[in-house]
Amino acid sequence: MSAPVVSTNAQQERTDKTVFGFWVYLMTDLVLFASLFATYAVLHHNTFGGPTGAELFSLPYVLTETLILLTSSFTAGLAILAMHRADKRQVIIWLLVTFGLGLAFLGMELSEFSRLVADGNSWQRSGFLSAFFTLVATHGLHITVGLTWMGVMIYRVMTGGLVPTTMRRLTLLSLFWHFLDLIWIFIFTIVYLFGALQL
Amino acid sequence: MISSILGKLTPDAFIHDPITMGGALSMVVIGLGLVAFITYLKRWGWLWREWLTSLDPKKIGVMYVVVAVVMLLRGIADTMLLRAQQASSVGASHGIISADSFQQIFSAHGTIMIFFVAMGLMFGLINLVVPLQIGARDVAFPFLNSVSFWLYIAGFLLINVSLVIGEFSAAGWLAYPPLSELQFSPGVGADYWLWSLQIAGVGSLLSGINFFTTILKMRAPGMTLMKMPMFVWSVLCSMTLVIFAFPILTVTLALLYLDRSMGMHFFTAGGGGNAMMYVNLIWAWGHPEVYILILPAFGVFSEIVATFSRKRLFGYTSMVVALIAITFLSFIVWLHHFFTMGAGADVNAFFGIMTMVISIPTGVKVFNWLFTMYGGRIHFTTPMYWFFGFIATFTLGGVAGVLMGVPAIDFQVHNTLFLVAHFHTMIIGGVVFGFFAGITYWFPKIFGYTLNERLGRYAFWCWLVGFLLAFVPLYILGLMGAVRRLDHYDASMGWQGLFIVAAIGVATIGLGIAFQVLQFVVSFFQRRHHRDLTGDPWNGRTLEWATSSPAPVYNFAIIPQVSTRDAFWEAKQQAKSSEPPSYEDIIMPKDSPLGIFIAGFAFVFGFAAVWHIGWLAVLGLVGLMVSIVFRMSQDNTDTVIPAAEVRRIEAESRARRLAA
Amino acid sequence: MTRRVLAIVGIVLVLAVIAAVAVFLNGTNIAVLNPMGTIATQERQLIIFGTLLSVIIVVPVFALTIGIAWHFRAGNTKASYRPEWSNSRVYEGIWWAVPAVLILILSVVTWTSSHQLDPARALTSSVPPLKVQVIALDWKWLFIYPELGIASVNYLQIPVGTPVEFQLTSDAPMNSFWIPQLGGQIYAMPGMSTQLHLMADQVGDFHGSSANISGVGYAGMQFTTRASSPADFHDWVDSVRQSTSQLTRSQYDQLAEPSVNAPLTTYSMSQVGLYDEVMTKYMVPGMTAHGMVSP
Repeated sequence: MSAPVVSTNAQQERTDKTVFGFWVYLMTDLVLFASLFATYAVLHHNTFGGPTGAELFSLPYVLTETLILLTSSFTAGLAILAMHRADKRQVIIWLLVTFGLGLAFLGMELSEFSRLVADGNSWQRSGFLSAFFTLVATHGLHITVGLTWMGVMIYRVMTGGLVPTTMRRLTLLSLFWHFLDLIWIFIFTIVYLFGALQL
Repeated sequence: MISSILGKLTPDAFIHDPITMGGALSMVVIGLGLVAFITYLKRWGWLWREWLTSLDPKKIGVMYVVVAVVMLLRGIADTMLLRAQQASSVGASHGIISADSFQQIFSAHGTIMIFFVAMGLMFGLINLVVPLQIGARDVAFPFLNSVSFWLYIAGFLLINVSLVIGEFSAAGWLAYPPLSELQFSPGVGADYWLWSLQIAGVGSLLSGINFFTTILKMRAPGMTLMKMPMFVWSVLCSMTLVIFAFPILTVTLALLYLDRSMGMHFFTAGGGGNAMMYVNLIWAWGHPEVYILILPAFGVFSEIVATFSRKRLFGYTSMVVALIAITFLSFIVWLHHFFTMGAGADVNAFFGIMTMVISIPTGVKVFNWLFTMYGGRIHFTTPMYWFFGFIATFTLGGVAGVLMGVPAIDFQVHNTLFLVAHFHTMIIGGVVFGFFAGITYWFPKIFGYTLNERLGRYAFWCWLVGFLLAFVPLYILGLMGAVRRLDHYDASMGWQGLFIVAAIGVATIGLGIAFQVLQFVVSFFQRRHHRDLTGDPWNGRTLEWATSSPAPVYNFAIIPQVSTRDAFWEAKQQAKSSEPPSYEDIIMPKDSPLGIFIAGFAFVFGFAAVWHIGWLAVLGLVGLMVSIVFRMSQDNTDTVIPAAEVRRIEAESRARRLAA
Repeated sequence: MTRRVLAIVGIVLVLAVIAAVAVFLNGTNIAVLNPMGTIATQERQLIIFGTLLSVIIVVPVFALTIGIAWHFRAGNTKASYRPEWSNSRVYEGIWWAVPAVLILILSVVTWTSSHQLDPARALTSSVPPLKVQVIALDWKWLFIYPELGIASVNYLQIPVGTPVEFQLTSDAPMNSFWIPQLGGQIYAMPGMSTQLHLMADQVGDFHGSSANISGVGYAGMQFTTRASSPADFHDWVDSVRQSTSQLTRSQYDQLAEPSVNAPLTTYSMSQVGLYDEVMTKYMVPGMTAHGMVSP
């Protein structure tokens, strides 16, 4: 059976609704992160004799991570611009670049984690480290989900082209990706910067 | 070796004390009996096609209500055990169950009644009514709606599996740490609690997003916000609370699980944990949760009182302002659940005053309902009985609530049976009575026949009398110094008589529930006599009564145009044009079983997380991801109802209406 | 017909309950309403005041409900029918304003009483206060009298007319410490110290318990509080001091092991600082006056 023909008007309505719903979802995710930030704020002095943030964090390293993620947000934006020009090739290229940058970010985060654990500063060490790992890893988990989604979308664009459903989902994906960027700025500031400055 | 395959799961998990064993066995027997019955009727295909895979919110709504009623039966059975224990376990006697079983049962009772009964009834009603009332054919995200429902089922399964395999949490319905931490609760009970709530909670959160979007984006043309039916307003406020409150629950449960499974220190005693943070977080969700439940019940009463008084709702604007005020205030009162933590006088006083302020908009709503009846023509149908029961109980419970809002009074009644009686007054008298009224009211719209009135009234009287018998003694017991959750007490306390009265009250409520079940059965067999042929059995005011009963799958053949409040009432006042309109093709979402798979994998993951079975958890997660990606790759998720088919269905219902 | 019968049955049942309750309560001890201490007495006054204030709302609501429902019943064709009458600034103004005024009054009372009856606030009295340190254990209460060198389990004796200054913590899950006839409760939490001030006005034995579930032996966390004359109290203290069983650190560790329905026990004790030790073992060891120290 062929797909029912959905009028352009109805398509537009559907996109409106979906984008709106996705914003609402992002709001719930914001509340989720806000709760984790609150937890971190309560526990960040509870080192229980273990190391503090100032002793653990390397600002240049985290700054590199931040720049990578910011760049990926920019390239994701380029992919969306290309989508609006209906330039399929450019969409795929910029999505691939974004994917690569996201992967690099995730790799750096994981290597930071393994270094901490190897030094005996795992999430079991103190309330502070529990809160640190959970907050940062939750962001990392979101990045992982975003990368999986991006992988699927790259495949969809390659095989199906820029059909309305795909374009709608690409819009949502880029919203999601920018949102994660925003959350990371907060993590960078509140966890790493304030941590290193012992605020 | 075994432990790497089965995690913490050992044969011991299947061994229980006799009463739990009885409960577990009856669960298994009922389940198998149901399977056998459906197989005997050869209804599996029908069930799968027509119900389980359906994306029609009306059908999803019915399924929610059915499951909620099943859970109500389990919840009330739990209550009977609890009260039987408390009526008998005095002095030398230790009653019928062990302290551990008692604690598991009250933990399960609270969890079940809030998450699986009240929430189930609420989302059931919202699914049934909201699209119809706003003149829409569907919800914003029909597939997501099915996922939400099946996640609720996954949570429901997990909490019931705990009865058979392993144990349930014994730390109360909100599982305060450090008691719920691994150190003091080493069993899997707390993990069952965590994961059944986590999975059902994510479902609720997704529903919140869905209905929030539905209401704001899919109203019939002309229906501005201030022309929405009051039930829709109440749902909008309730869903706003879901959106802001449920992520906090998700985080709180996740952190507790991380403590328990990965040795983290969020809420542990020692290690740099802070258990008071848990209490704050859980109530930052928990207090809004109370309003998530009660606001839609307020909405139901607003519809019912106006309809059965044959009069406009009094003070519409006040009602909306009151709803919004309650929504806002419900986020700044959470500390009143633990004045006794020693936060200091200023903090306590602030939260106490905020708590009392909520009673102003709530009181306004009560007076507006009363004046909706003033100058009306009141028809005393069963929904109105529930309304009057609500006014009586809710007012008294409200007084108790305002008293407890004064911190210095709260010190004397906190964590006592007085508190238990108070919140049961609000939840039974408010939420439960409201949802029962709503189910009775909207039943004909879904099934095409009304419910037996006499049995409905019997049920109401049993509930009301049972409620008074069960809870007035608890108010007194609380003042006598009886704290909650006691599985045993000394004879010299002089509490036994009141506990026996309370137990009789519970039995009376049980009788009420029996009448309700009987009401469904009898009404089904008498359905020919109670057919609703007009689509408008109550002389209703809002759009859901404009379409036929049962409502067709597409709700409205022609999307209605709205120009006033009480849109259908206004339409009825004007002369109707009877010429058959021209119909168009209607595009509806195609049914999908993927929601079942997604939730199925979530269940598998939850079960694996409870028992620490690594490979199974990975399987659940991968399955979850694959199902979602698979859904994303489906292009063809719509189906068309051709105009000719719409014409045929509409002609049939018009013929029925004319014959009536 | 049946409706009337049912209504009568309902009313009779409710009346029967009220009568039964009245008979039953005549001669029972409703602890919260039968205070024997300064704090509990003031808290009872608040309860009575709050209840009376809400009568101002409750009575009209019930009267209006019954009156309106009866008068405007569908069968009463004499009643006016105004289906479009749906708002009135005056009426709505009344029911926004009247509750608001009542809540304003109650808010003032709340603010002052929250400070007046703050559990952490010391009671004013010419008699010097008695210090009692309370440790909630699995599943019993340990009372330490740090200035008197004695301790007791599930039994608390205090002199009448003397302010008692409780410090509370827990070496177990969270509990709530409550003696209804003396005054309101407060949580006892591991790693935290809360405060409660009570004073008995009359001699007698008062029931106390934990009000927060703490595990399988929770129901057994009951204790007797004996308020006696100061002379009797000192006799008791002296007799306990003679006691051969000493609450040493190792004795404490033994006591802290989970046990249900622990018997009343008394100890003499020479060790000071046990309470602080119990509390700080859960606290952040890294935080000192000099900043961070390594473990």
